[in-house]
Amino acid sequence: MTPTHESEKPRIGVFVCYCGSNIAATVDVEKVAEYAATLPNVVFTQTNKYTCSDPGQEEIRKAIIEHKLNRVVIAACSPRMHEVTWRRLLQGTGLNPYLLQVANIREHVSWVHQDRGEATQKAKELVAAAVERVPLHEPLEPRQVKIAPSTLIVGGGIAGIQAALDIANAGYHVYLVEKQPSIGGNMAKLDKTFPTLDCAMCILAPKMVDAGRHENITLFSYSEVESVEGHVGQFRVRIKRKPRYVKEDVCTGCGLCTQACVLKDRILSEFEMGMGKRGAAYIPFPQAVPLKAVIDPEHCLLLTRGKCSMKCIKACGPGAIDFKQQEEFIEIEVGTIILATGFELYDMSALPQYGYGRYDNVVDGLQFERLCNASGPTEGRIVTKDGRVPEAIAFLHCIGSRDENTNPYCSQLCCMHTLKLAHLAREKTPARIYEFYIDLRAGGKGYEEFYKRVQHEGIHFIRGKGSEVVQDGDKLIVRAEDTLLGKVVEVPVDMVVLALGMVPPKDIENIARIFNINRSRDGFFMEAHPKLRPAETNVEGVFLAGACQGPKDIPATVAHASAAAAQALSLMSRGQATIEPIIAEVIAEKCSACGECIVACPFKAIRMDEEARHAYVVSAMCKGCGTCAAACPSKAIKMAHFTDQQLIAEIEGILGRMSEYELA
Amino acid sequence: MSLPESNVQQPPYEPKIIGFLCNWCSYAGADLAGTSRLSYPPNIRIVRVQCSGRVSPELVLKAFHEGADGVIVLGCHIGDCHYIDGNHRTSKRIPMLRQLLAYAGIEPDRLRLEWVSAAEGERFATIVKEFTETVRALGPIKQVMVTG
Repeated sequence: MTPTHESEKPRIGVFVCYCGSNIAATVDVEKVAEYAATLPNVVFTQTNKYTCSDPGQEEIRKAIIEHKLNRVVIAACSPRMHEVTWRRLLQGTGLNPYLLQVANIREHVSWVHQDRGEATQKAKELVAAAVERVPLHEPLEPRQVKIAPSTLIVGGGIAGIQAALDIANAGYHVYLVEKQPSIGGNMAKLDKTFPTLDCAMCILAPKMVDAGRHENITLFSYSEVESVEGHVGQFRVRIKRKPRYVKEDVCTGCGLCTQACVLKDRILSEFEMGMGKRGAAYIPFPQAVPLKAVIDPEHCLLLTRGKCSMKCIKACGPGAIDFKQQEEFIEIEVGTIILATGFELYDMSALPQYGYGRYDNVVDGLQFERLCNASGPTEGRIVTKDGRVPEAIAFLHCIGSRDENTNPYCSQLCCMHTLKLAHLAREKTPARIYEFYIDLRAGGKGYEEFYKRVQHEGIHFIRGKGSEVVQDGDKLIVRAEDTLLGKVVEVPVDMVVLALGMVPPKDIENIARIFNINRSRDGFFMEAHPKLRPAETNVEGVFLAGACQGPKDIPATVAHASAAAAQALSLMSRGQATIEPIIAEVIAEKCSACGECIVACPFKAIRMDEEARHAYVVSAMCKGCGTCAAACPSKAIKMAHFTDQQLIAEIEGILGRMSEYELA
Repeated sequence: MSLPESNVQQPPYEPKIIGFLCNWCSYAGADLAGTSRLSYPPNIRIVRVQCSGRVSPELVLKAFHEGADGVIVLGCHIGDCHYIDGNHRTSKRIPMLRQLLAYAGIEPDRLRLEWVSAAEGERFATIVKEFTETVRALGPIKQVMVTG
C-alpha cells in the first residue's frame, strides 16, 4: 500500500494558508512560505487562499504528486479543525494520512497577536517545528471497528423520547435510561405549549406511549448509568436499576396501593413541583410510562423504620409489591450514545430577596403550570395557597438569567413561557396581570405574533427587572425600577411567578465524567463545534440532544434530538468506523518488566507477559493518552504519533528558531 | 563604542516559553482564546500532546536544555481528564520536577502546571499573560543550562 517514495529521503511540502484575511491580516504569509523554503528537507512551498477549500486541496494534491512529496506540513487553522480533512486528502494521493503535521497559525497566532512582526516570527517558528517533526512521522493504519447496531439514550424527556423513536423506527435498538420512575421529563409538567397553545400532554403522551411499547426500545426507568467503557462502536455500559419495590412485570398500574398507603397525600409530589402531594406508594402522574407504581424508599415507613401496617400489600390484587427488591446491575453493549439529560430550574437559594420558598404565593413557572393544569393539584384553578382567587399576579422575567450575579446567559425560552402563563392567567382569572421584563425576546416562528396577541389581552408590561418581593399582610409587594418612567414602582399583588433560568442538572458534572465529555462555561455539555457540529461531542459516537447542551424550547429540542439521532444512525448504518491508530506499544527488548506502566495506565490496557518478562499493550483497550510512555523509566514505550523523538524534534524546531531570532 | 554599559543597546529580553497542552481540554481552550480573539503575549509556543500525562520529565528538561526560559504544562481539571486520571500523574510529576529544577539551580517558578478546560479561553489567556510576566521578571535562563 505504502508508496515506495515514503521511505526515501524526506521530501517535505509546506503549504501556508491565508484563510482569506483571517491569517494574512496579521501574519505575512508569503514571508512564512519563503522562510519555509530555506528549511532542511523542504522541496516545495506554496501559499493558498483557503487550504481547506476544494481549489486549495486540489493544489496540494497536485503538488504532492508532481513533486513526489512524502511529507506534508500545512500552516493554517487549528488541527482540531481540519486535520481530518487534510489526512483524507493525503490518503487520496496514496500518501499515508499520518505523514502530515499541522502548524496552528490562526487560533494560536493571527487571532491572538496584533504585532505583524511578532506574529510572522511566531508562525515561522511553528512551521520550523513542524518541518523538524514531520520527517519522523511514521505511516499508521487506522483501526477499523464494528459499530454495534444499538444506541444508549440517557434521559427520557422529550429529547430522549424523540431520539429514541427516530432510531427505533429506523430499525436499530435503543436502550432508554431514565432516572425518574416515568419518562416525560419537564415537558410532561407543562399545561400548554407556546405559541400554539397545544395541550402539552396531548402531544407528548402518544410519544411516551410509543416509546414505552416500541419493539426496538428497551426502557429502563428509575435507572442510572453507572459506568461506560470502550469506544465508538463498542461501548460497554453498566446500568443501575434502583429498586421500585414493585414488580414491574406484575403491576397493572391500577393505583390501589397508592390509595392504601398510610402516607397518602403526606409527601410533596416531585411531578407537581411540590404544589401537590402523594403517598410513599405512588404513580408519578396519570399518563406515566411505564404506568407502574413505585415506593419511595426515603419516606416509606417500612423501609425507613421497619414498621408499617403494609396496607399497600393487602391492597395489591396481583401481589406486585416486593420489599425484598435490591439494586440490580445490567450490562449492555451499544454502538452509539445520546445524552438527553435536560435541564433544571435555577436554584433560588442564592436569591433570597424574592421570597421564593419563604412566601406561600411566590412560585416558579413550572409550579404555575401545575396550577393551570386540569390534572394538577387545583384541577386547573389558579388560586393562592389559601384558596383565594388572585386579584393581581406579577410575572418576573430573567430571575437567574442575564445577571452577572447568577447566570450571564439568556435562558431563551422564559420570555415566551411567561407570556404564555400570562395568557393562561388572563383566561382563567379576572386578575390584573403584570409582566416585569428587561427585554422581551420573541425570536421564533409565530413567537412575535403571540407576544402581540398577549399585549392586546390587557396585560401590563413594566420594563424593569423585579428586584425584590416583600410580604405586606395578604399582599406581596413587587419592587422594580420602571426604566421607561425612570422611577421605582411598588406593585401589590397576590401571587408572584418567577421565570427562573434554565441551568444544567446538579449531577451533570458526574455525567460528564462518566461519558468523558467537556462542558461549556455555562456548565452545559459542550458540542464539538458551536455552529456546525451542535449535536456531536469530542468523544466519537457520543451525541447530545436537547437542553443538556444549552437552553432550548421544545421545537429546538426536538430538532436537536432528531439531529443527534441522525448522527447516530449514520454511524450505525455504515456499520463500521475508523479509530485513530494513536496507541502505545511496548518495545520488549527495552522493557525491564518493572510494571510502572501497568500502574500508570488509566484504562488497564497494559499487562505483563510473565513468561517473557515484559509488559504488552492490549491495543483494543488503549486510548492513546501516552501516560505510560511518560511513566516508563526505561523509555520502552513508543507512543505512536507522539514519540519522544517526534516531540523533541518539535521542541528543537521551535527553540532553534527562537535562538536565531534573538541573534537577528 | 565606549558608552557606559547601562546605555548599550541590547535587544530587549523576550522570554522563550514552551507550553505542553493536552489535546482535549487545554489545547481546545487555547483554540477558544483564538476564536474569541483574546490577546496574549506571543512568547508561548504550543506543543500539543494527547494528555498532560504524556509530558515526561525528559520533555520538560529537554525544553530547558534547548534554551526555554519557561515551561508551562496545561491539562484538564482534575476529574475532567479525557483519559480518566492521566492528569493525576502530572499533578504529582510537576511539583517533583520543580524541586529537581531547584536542585539544579533553576528557579522552580520557570515551570508551571495549570488546569484549563476547553471552555476556559479567558483563563488560558490570563495564565499565559501571568506566566510570561513571571518568566520575564526571572530573566533569561542561566547559560549553564543552555550549554548543558
